[in-house]
Amino acid sequence: MKKRLLKGGRVVDPANGRDGTFDVLIDGDRISRVGRDLPIEGDTVVTEIPSGLIVCPGLIDMHVHLREPGQEHKETVATGTAAAVAGGFTAVACMPNTVPVNDNAGVTEYILKKAAGANLARVYPIGAVSRGQLGEQLADIAELKQAGCVAITDDGRPVATAMLMRRALEYARMFDIPVIEHCEEQTLKGEGVAHEGFQASALGLRGIPSAAESIMALRDIALAELTNGTLHIAHMSARQTLDAVRWGKQRGARVTCEVTPHHFVLTDEMLAAPVAYDTNVKMNPPLRETADRDAMLAGLADGSVDAIATDHAPHHYDEKGVEFDRAPFGITGLETAVSLCFDRLIHQGVLTLSRLVELLSVNPARILRVPGGSLSDGAPADVSILAPDLPVTVSAARMRSKSRNTPFDGWTLRGGVAATIVGGRVVFVNEAVDIRV
Amino acid sequence: MKKDLLGIGDLTRDEIHLVLETAEAMREIGQRPIKKVPTLRGKTVVNLFYEPSTRTRTSFEIAEKRLSADTLSVAVSQSSVLKGETLADTALNIEAMAPDMIVLRHASSGAGHLLSRICRSRIINAGDGMHEHPTQALLDAFTIREHKQHFDGLKIAIVGDLLHSRVLRSNILSLTMLGAEVWACGPSTLVPPALDRFGVHVTTSVDEAVADADVIMMLRIQQERMDGAFVPSLREYFNTFGMTTARVGRAKPDVIIMHPGPMNRGVEIASDVADGPYSVILEQVANGVAVRMAVLYLLAGEAEAD
Repeated sequence: MKKRLLKGGRVVDPANGRDGTFDVLIDGDRISRVGRDLPIEGDTVVTEIPSGLIVCPGLIDMHVHLREPGQEHKETVATGTAAAVAGGFTAVACMPNTVPVNDNAGVTEYILKKAAGANLARVYPIGAVSRGQLGEQLADIAELKQAGCVAITDDGRPVATAMLMRRALEYARMFDIPVIEHCEEQTLKGEGVAHEGFQASALGLRGIPSAAESIMALRDIALAELTNGTLHIAHMSARQTLDAVRWGKQRGARVTCEVTPHHFVLTDEMLAAPVAYDTNVKMNPPLRETADRDAMLAGLADGSVDAIATDHAPHHYDEKGVEFDRAPFGITGLETAVSLCFDRLIHQGVLTLSRLVELLSVNPARILRVPGGSLSDGAPADVSILAPDLPVTVSAARMRSKSRNTPFDGWTLRGGVAATIVGGRVVFVNEAVDIRV
Repeated sequence: MKKDLLGIGDLTRDEIHLVLETAEAMREIGQRPIKKVPTLRGKTVVNLFYEPSTRTRTSFEIAEKRLSADTLSVAVSQSSVLKGETLADTALNIEAMAPDMIVLRHASSGAGHLLSRICRSRIINAGDGMHEHPTQALLDAFTIREHKQHFDGLKIAIVGDLLHSRVLRSNILSLTMLGAEVWACGPSTLVPPALDRFGVHVTTSVDEAVADADVIMMLRIQQERMDGAFVPSLREYFNTFGMTTARVGRAKPDVIIMHPGPMNRGVEIASDVADGPYSVILEQVANGVAVRMAVLYLLAGEAEAD
């Protein structure tokens, strides 16, 4: 492969303490050098980075549902990774709640084969904690790890018993992989479909109390402390959960956490308006109250939150076009995340750019122990080129994802993606940005 | 009025008064030897009921027939819903036959909103899950107005299973809009979160709720809530929250006792209260027809105006 020089962009690479104008030289599938005014050799392709654009290590979405195998009507590895690169992500970690469940090497290898075929974003499968995600016996975790899984979780079906969670944390420690928990105490959640509070009461929707989440986060943090295992708390929604994570970190428990863009942008007021009972604001965990949303913003700013992940959960429109309480939980997120981050976090002054890159790239790589997260010499040439001031109008109809279940359709946001490079290959260029790569 | 009646939230205070005044005129039709006027002749109304209902469905059907609408009722059992087509598909199929209005009863909150988004027909919500039952609240208001002539400052105690009640939610919206002082009372396990933010007094003391009340409105408690999950036992519920003659004695002397039905005698209400002199429970049923005629007439009139 030839050499490519990304010339004169604002490079934000917090892992190397860089934030300034640099050239990035890519040699084949690796970063060769980053420096000022690098010399141009004869065979190097030069890409001038227009001023105002940002060059950063490839974004990693550590929580997506690619739905393959088994639910290809919602998404496939190919459409999901196309959505990922269009959203600026060079890698995604996919949840095991496929059909069949990713609880064995066969499914993991199938997903990796599909990812190799699509050849867009990198795909890191996440295996199940328990066989069939049934919460009874541990899955063959050594086998999953060997096949390529980078973490284990029963996402969507939280580990119900403390004993099994204890064993998972202990067992996973041998392989140095995190256990990711979708924190939700099932008996408290009951038949709930929306955050328990004023809005759910007014609309007559069964509530999911914040305690359903925080109670399990507290349990798991105590178990992480007991076992010295590595715990990652997925898609936090409640301020009490964030407090639990802070408490755990203070005590030295090995716990990290993520928050989704919809939980730091939206609140449960979306249940009533602009479209009452819109199933595209039904997700699990649910949108919570303003105080929770503000707590997530504070946690992002003060470093308590480790990562931003989308919980990209595509569903077919037939499945969403039903009564609110019968619709599946979840919304898509890969193609709106960067715009929401710029619009709500950067332009509102919540975060610095370098902190945003930590949340979207450095920390996900560190938590999952996968390559990436930096533009160090010799690192994989996974690069996201972002356009912080690009005016974006979200259009569900134009998304690469196979599904269109987003509550952000029609929103106008400031900030987007210019181009995405995976392993030195340009896999996405946004035609709305004046860039030649 | 808006295209559809999905909830009391769709109405202004003036529109509620308009419905009540129109219902006065409609009631007179029901007292004639020939109880029929040609107002909705040539209009088709489909009653689409996904939950069993005797009172509400009969009431709508009679109201429609008295206005000369062509009317039919479709009862869809929940079991067939699980295997069968979606609500949206059923509605679109009915829509293809060009009805003017669809009256919907459904176990899911917001089912009417779903239809409203995809149907040209006017949608009347005849009860959606735990959300609203607007025509019930309108007939309740009609019944209260008949006895009290006004709403200003009336103390209205609503007692029972508040959490699961669509009747409660609609009545809170209408009665507070009309100027009454609403007290909501039930066991703390059956009080919706944040109910105090709805502009009502919330209490778990029946004695406090009914003290000097002008109106006592009882809500049905489902037998299946009595299995220990929400309330320890039927006996304890009746002892703590059941409406007895002694409790009614704490209210104003001219108090009226209401119940949207169906009643559980000896559970939320003692039979001697239900059948006693203060009870207006059967008047509510009678008024239901007049109020639903008014709603159908006013929505159809809007259609003409379109």
